[in-house]
Amino acid sequence: MADLPLDAQRRLRSATAVRGGWGRYPRATMSAWRPESPEDAAALLLRADGPLLPVGGLRSYGDQALLTGGGAIRMLRLNRFLALDTATPAVECEAGVTFGELLEVLAPHGLSVPVSPGTRFVTLGGAIANDVHGKNHDRFGAVGAHLDWIDLLLVSGEVRRLTPSGTPELFAATLGGCGLTGLILRARLRLQRTSQAVEVRYSRHDNLEALMAALVEARNAASYSVAWLDAVAAGARLGRGVLETAEPAADTDGPRASDRWLALPFDLPGGLLNRWTVGAFNALYYRRIPVGGRTRRLPLARFLYPLDAIGGWNRLYGRAGFHQFQCVLPEATAPTGLARILERVTASGRASFLAVLKTLGAEGAGHLSFPRPGFTLALDIPRRPGSLELLAALERLTLEHEGRVYLAKDSALSAESVPVMYPRLPAFRRVLAEVDPEARLQSDMARRLGLRGGG
Amino acid sequence: MRPVWIVLGATSPLARAFAIEAGRAGAALLLVARDAERLAPVAADAAIRTGAEVDTLVADFAEPAGLAALATTCWDRAGALGDGPVCLFAAAGTMPDQAQIDAQPELVRRVFAVNAVSLAELLQRLAPRFEAQRGGRIVVVGSVAAERGRPSNYVYGASKAALQTYLQGLRGRLFPAGVGLTTVVPGFLDTAMTYGLPGTFLVAAPETAARRIWRAAARGREVVYVPWFWRWIMLVIRLIPEPLFKRLKL
Ligand SMILES: Cc1cc2nc3c(=O)[nH]c(=O)nc-3n(C[C@H](O)[C@H](O)[C@H](O)COP(=O)(O)OP(=O)(O)OC[C@H]3O[C@@H](n4cnc5c(N)ncnc54)[C@H](O)[C@@H]3O)c2cc1C
Repeated sequence: MADLPLDAQRRLRSATAVRGGWGRYPRATMSAWRPESPEDAAALLLRADGPLLPVGGLRSYGDQALLTGGGAIRMLRLNRFLALDTATPAVECEAGVTFGELLEVLAPHGLSVPVSPGTRFVTLGGAIANDVHGKNHDRFGAVGAHLDWIDLLLVSGEVRRLTPSGTPELFAATLGGCGLTGLILRARLRLQRTSQAVEVRYSRHDNLEALMAALVEARNAASYSVAWLDAVAAGARLGRGVLETAEPAADTDGPRASDRWLALPFDLPGGLLNRWTVGAFNALYYRRIPVGGRTRRLPLARFLYPLDAIGGWNRLYGRAGFHQFQCVLPEATAPTGLARILERVTASGRASFLAVLKTLGAEGAGHLSFPRPGFTLALDIPRRPGSLELLAALERLTLEHEGRVYLAKDSALSAESVPVMYPRLPAFRRVLAEVDPEARLQSDMARRLGLRGGG
Repeated sequence: MRPVWIVLGATSPLARAFAIEAGRAGAALLLVARDAERLAPVAADAAIRTGAEVDTLVADFAEPAGLAALATTCWDRAGALGDGPVCLFAAAGTMPDQAQIDAQPELVRRVFAVNAVSLAELLQRLAPRFEAQRGGRIVVVGSVAAERGRPSNYVYGASKAALQTYLQGLRGRLFPAGVGLTTVVPGFLDTAMTYGLPGTFLVAAPETAARRIWRAAARGREVVYVPWFWRWIMLVIRLIPEPLFKRLKL
């Protein structure tokens, strides 16, 4: 049978390749293993030489899932559903299960995940490792707020079941821990009973102040809210955008999500996206919504994953790749801070497609959780000469306004800013020193930002 | 009527994906594998993903002494799961490197035992039951390596060739009883067997392969290549004259 012991080497063979994150910059030459069982993953940790890093769907943008000269442990094949408790409701599954699979399996039971990132290709392990948030953070918090436990495979080969109360330090370090505490094998996620369709309301707001006011109103009233902002519009129109709010539809049997998604199989020439084409697209996106707004009914998956409609859209930016910049600014500093950030972006002429603006609620539970109360802005910056200077300027503006940059998206932050933006970094480092004193787990991001500390 | 699929080697990625296809189509599943610890999550997963009724059986299929009992247990447990015909999927395979076999010639015996002998004996024991049932379907996974002996893989290939020849005969035997038999001839599948292996190309995801196998079996196909183009690759390879073939470093 195929499950008879193949020789251990074969099962643990690696493939070497040049890889990049979702932004396709930076790149790294690294090997990769792809275990098909937790036992094989454990054998790998004990036997492989050199630094290692668990990776999931590779939907982080920068160098968080890269490890130059080391080995990635690809977790995608550990994707088994282990238990579905429809009463509580909650699901137990392996870390390689993606949000797409979760939605598909849960839908027939009238269930869904309480929190989801913006693409269905993210794995549960990757979501935990960044304590991801959705379009409902004000009400539901981040994914970490819905976990009963996490099974973590430590570099020692030991598997530990982490809970917020039983193992508070290791739980808080693993949640948002960028894969550095160990391999997340399994988790139990509490679920939400919900309609599989949503009523979405679109409204347009012609400047930043109006858009922010609309978001503040929506955060208390709507189940989901997100704004798409035109990051090319300047002057009086700075920060204009479309607010989407959504409520679960009353009757559950809405339109079914079609599984026909388009795919972009090639790179677009780098120059195609410039301030004029993107500006035109953004203007079109804005004007599509009538002044009085409109509503539409959408399958839940379509609403949660609008960008997945075009597979491989990251290739729109050409071979050079792109950066994504996402920051959160506290309520008090956000109005001026966001305006200054947008002014800087529009002045640079570095076209960004639609930027996303959301509100965030409570502080995350992980030592390096990104969410904190305030406004979060995310934008794409095509990689061209000068884009690093722009990112440095955005980093400074974020610091000046007491904000923080999201590590899941980052490819340009400086190491000095991290302890300021993430005040719980020392606690995170203490846990790493304890569970992985020899720094077996590493990433290009951890090296760049000195996340482990101690040089 | 609810058919029941017995899936042998259920922890292999292809068998797991096939079980999910069968479950989605409304069948009940009896998943059989050697390693209880690896089988449990696969069984839970198939049940949750498909809503199918799933039973498991831990058995070491390479153990010749247990095969008579295994045949009986499989058949009885499967019969208890549904009122439709019992069907069988078998993904058998151990594939040590040829170099390893060269170093340990006793591995030849093991490769044949697992890939051909045990499976043939089990099928031989189940054949009368399939005949008595007068229906059902058997799907067995062979290999493109069976179709031409190559220095890099000939022991494995020969064991699969033995199996495939056996299946041809069994197909003819079962045909009058209305039992279909599909031989699956996979090229490279994207599993741990090929991951990172130099010289592999156009590997197919197990899920894609399983869907194709499921459709072919449902249509009553005798032989199915996965991915499909391997039929043509193998046609060419079979046509190369032996005096030339022996000089090719394949
Ligand atoms: C289009 C798009 C939309 C997005 N929208 C959102 C959003 O709305 N909200 C949000 O919060 N994020 C969002 N993200 C970011 C994304 O959710 C995170 O980057 C997430 O971590 C990616 O998960 P992944 O499975 O792809 O992991 P990878 O990118 O492969 O890895 C990310 C990190 O997780 C670690 N990791 C992965 N698996 C494991 C494991 N099993 N055990 C331990 N560590 C592991 C890795 O080491 C790495 O540090 C979006 C990304 C994209 C591309």
